[in-house]
Amino acid sequence: MVEFFLQSPDLVIFLVLLALGYAAGSLAEKRHYKSIEKRERELVRLAVVTAEGSFPPGRVRQAFLVSGSTVVSIDYFKRLLAILRNIFGGRVKAYESLVDRARREAILRMKAEAQQRGAGMILNLRLETATIGRNANRKNQVGSVEAIAYGTAIVFNK
Amino acid sequence: MILTNVGSVPGKKIVEHFGIVQGSTVRAKHIGRDFMAGLKNLVGGELKGYTELLQESRNEAMQRMSDQARQMGANAVVNIRFATSSVAQGAAELFAYGTAVRVE
Repeated sequence: MVEFFLQSPDLVIFLVLLALGYAAGSLAEKRHYKSIEKRERELVRLAVVTAEGSFPPGRVRQAFLVSGSTVVSIDYFKRLLAILRNIFGGRVKAYESLVDRARREAILRMKAEAQQRGAGMILNLRLETATIGRNANRKNQVGSVEAIAYGTAIVFNK
Repeated sequence: MILTNVGSVPGKKIVEHFGIVQGSTVRAKHIGRDFMAGLKNLVGGELKGYTELLQESRNEAMQRMSDQARQMGANAVVNIRFATSSVAQGAAELFAYGTAVRVE
């Protein structure tokens, strides 16, 4: 058994990476979700809408663009799961959580910027995703996902 | 320069339209960062180098767009949209466009 593994170093490397990806990946995801949920609760008072909205004259003091972005990468284990999923079809949970994390993080960063500058509301939220990085142009391989969130922050007159 | 992504500048009245302005930039990060990102690809998580890179590039694209608007005599750009595309491996293009206007 030991000899078999010693004779195939590729397999050993593969298994080590798989284990590393699984352990580190799920730990990182759990931590990230915890932090996302905590910050979402903190920023829940700052309303974000996808509508353009209109205000009575004299109500708005300042309007400016705010944005947030993040690039999140998937781990080795989940990438393998997703490739296997390609064979059978169906929901690719690994990627669902990846894009979900990226978008929520981007929105949170945008909200944090808006709050720091004294905004009371964000209008016309837009979300954009793109795949970037060294795997971006390869077929069947999502390397990492970038999510951008942007909108118009409104500072109200008191 | 006032920048918004709604059709107007809330609280202000648009007095003149100048049409579309745009700015774009293509960026790549040095090999060291790409290598680090490659390692991070094994364990997953945020690629801070790339986040930073895209943030810088987007600011650059917006700067170019604002400069163009300023040359036209505008003092605001409304209805801004962003787009990202990967032009080649390891290089990303960031593109920003909007409508240049003058508000009172």
